[in-house]
Amino acid sequence: MYAYSEFDDAFVRERVRQFRDQVERRIDGRLTEDEFRPLRLMNGLYLQLHAYMLRVAIPYGTLNARQLRQLAMIAERWDRGYGHFTTRQNIQFNWPRLRDVPDMLDALADVGMHAIQTSGNCVRNVTADHFAGAAADEVADPRPYAELMRQWSTDHPEFQFLPRKFKIAISGGAEDRAVTRAHDIGLRLVRQGDETGFEVSVGGGLGRTPMLGRVIRDFLPEADLLPYLEAILGVYNRLGRRDNKYKARIKIAVHEIGLETLRDQVEARFAETRGEFGGADRAMLADIAAHFAPPALRDGPAAIPQGSPAFRAWCDTNLAAHRRADHAIVTVSLKTPGQVPGDATAWQMRLLADLAEQYGHDEIRISHRQNVVLPHVRKADLPAVFAALADAGLAAANAGHISDIIACPGLDYCALATARSIPVAQQIAQHFEALKIEHEVGPLRLNISGCINACAHHHVAEIGILGLERAGVETYQITLGGDPTQNAAIGQRTGPGFAADEIVGAVEQIVLTYLGLRRDGDETFGEAFRRVGLGPFQQALYNNEGADDAA
Amino acid sequence: MSRIVMPVVVAANDLFDGDPVWMTPGGNWSRSLADAEVIGDLAEAQARLAAAVAQADRVVGAYMAEVRPGPFGPVPVDFRERVRARGPAPFVLPAQAAE
Repeated sequence: MYAYSEFDDAFVRERVRQFRDQVERRIDGRLTEDEFRPLRLMNGLYLQLHAYMLRVAIPYGTLNARQLRQLAMIAERWDRGYGHFTTRQNIQFNWPRLRDVPDMLDALADVGMHAIQTSGNCVRNVTADHFAGAAADEVADPRPYAELMRQWSTDHPEFQFLPRKFKIAISGGAEDRAVTRAHDIGLRLVRQGDETGFEVSVGGGLGRTPMLGRVIRDFLPEADLLPYLEAILGVYNRLGRRDNKYKARIKIAVHEIGLETLRDQVEARFAETRGEFGGADRAMLADIAAHFAPPALRDGPAAIPQGSPAFRAWCDTNLAAHRRADHAIVTVSLKTPGQVPGDATAWQMRLLADLAEQYGHDEIRISHRQNVVLPHVRKADLPAVFAALADAGLAAANAGHISDIIACPGLDYCALATARSIPVAQQIAQHFEALKIEHEVGPLRLNISGCINACAHHHVAEIGILGLERAGVETYQITLGGDPTQNAAIGQRTGPGFAADEIVGAVEQIVLTYLGLRRDGDETFGEAFRRVGLGPFQQALYNNEGADDAA
Repeated sequence: MSRIVMPVVVAANDLFDGDPVWMTPGGNWSRSLADAEVIGDLAEAQARLAAAVAQADRVVGAYMAEVRPGPFGPVPVDFRERVRARGPAPFVLPAQAAE
C-alpha cells in the first residue's frame, strides 16, 4: 500500500505544527472562536453535542496493521478507548480534548495518516470499493487512482473554498460496491476493448434532496482522469450556488442547468486542462501504482475446510469471492446485535491488526458499511481466523443481512441530528436475532440516519429509516426499495412515520410481508420489491385492522 | 432563531473538553443543568448571554435554551437540549476477551 514520500510527511507535519500554534492562539485569546472554527474544521475537528469530535480520513478505506494499532493507541491514550467507523471510510474519535488534538494529529502523521479535508467545502476523503485489489469481479484496482486523487485534491489551491463539500467515490468491480451514484462524482472502472477507463457520473448525493448521479461520460480514458476532474471541479466552482447552502451541491447545478449544458462546459474546460497537466500526473500514477503491487499469495486448497455449524454459517454470509479460488475476502462484522454499529474498541483494533499480519498480508479495509475487511485470507486459514474472531466477539455471521445495519451516530453524539439512530439499530438487530429468521430472510440492507443529511445512506437501502423530531418526539420515516449498486435507486417512502416504540414492529411487519410474498427463497427483498412495489408493504403497515379481520 | 420564550438558561460548550455547560447564578459554569440560573426576563437573559459570549477563553458557542421548571431543576423544552443535558445513552462496550 501507499507509503508517504518525504514530501507527504513534511507537508502533514507542517500542517500539524500550524494547527498546534492555532490551538495555542485560540486558548490564549489571540484567535477568536469565529477565526478558529474554520481552522479546526480544516483539520477535522468538530464540536458536537457533548464533546469535540476528531474525524480522521482512512484514504480509500485502506489500512495496514501498524496504522490500525496506532488508531487503537490514540483511542486509548486521548479518547475513551474506542473509535467509530463511518460510511465515508473515516474513523471518528468522539471525546478528544482540544489541547490533545495536535498530539493526536502528530501520532497520525507517524503512521502516514491525517485529518485534513475531512470537513469543509473541499474535496473530502475519496472513498473506494472495500474489496479493491482482491475481488473476483474486478476490472482494475481503484486504489492507485484514489491515491492520485488524494494527492491532487489535498490543498489544491483552486478547490479549497468550493460552494459546498465535494465527495468522490471510485469502484473497480463489475458490482458497484462504493455507492458511486450517490456521490458528487462517481467513477466506475470499465474496459473498452483493451483500454481501461472510467464511466463518470456527476451530481449524485443524498441528504435533503436525494439524487442519483447521471453519466456525464460513458468512457473516459484513464490517462485523462485528473484533467477531467479538474474540469468538472472548475466548472462547479464557478456555477455552484453560494447564496443558499441547501442548493450549493453540484447535484443542484446539474438539475438547474441540465446535464447537457454542464457536459458542454466541462468538455470546453477539459480541452484546456488536458494540455496543462503535461504528463506529470501520469508519472505520479506510475509511482503510486508500484505501491499497490498484489501481495505474494500462497497456494492452498480451493475448498473451505470443514467446521462447526457456526463456522459454516459465518462462511456463508461473511466471505466474498476472491480473484483466486484458494483465497477469500473476509468481512468482519462490527454489528454484533446489541453493539453500536461501526464502533470498535482499541483491543478489537489490535486483534484485527494481529490477524491481518498473521493471515492477511498486512491489509485491512474499512467498508462504507462500517465493517472491517481482511481482503486476502487463504481458505485454509479461515478456521483459525474465525476462531480468533469468535473469541473476541467479532464473529457475527450477518454481513449483508438485516442486522448488518448502517447507522450514523445520531442524536446521541451529533449536533445536527434530530433523532437517535444507535438505540433503534440495536433494538432492530437484537429483535431479528431473537426471531432467528435473519438467514431465512437473506440479503437485506437496512440503514438508519438520525437526520435529513442522510449520513447513513438510508435512501439507498432496501429498508431505509430516517429519524426526525416532531413536536418534541422522535418519529421514524421508512423508505423501501433503495439500491446502492450499479442498479442504484432511491427508496420510496411508505407513508407516515412511526414512533420510537413502533419502529421495530414496523420493520418486522415489512420483513414478514416480504417472506409472505416472495416467489421463493432465491428472490431477494430488493427483487421482490421491484416486482410488487410499495403497495403490499403499505397495506401491511397501515391497514393492520383490515388485514386482521380478513385473517 | 425563532422568537425565544422565557424562562431560559444560558448554555455553551467548554472550550477545553467540549462538555455541555450551563451558566450558574454566580456567572460561573456548571456541567449540570440543575445548577443553571433560570432567567425569566428577556433583557436580563440577553445581558447574561452577552456576558457568556465575552468568556471566549472558557466557553464556545453560548446560546439561550428554553426551559420549564421540573422537580429536580430546569427541564429543557427542546428535545435536542434534553438529550444534550442527559448525555449519550450509556452504550456498553464489548468486554475484553479473557486471556
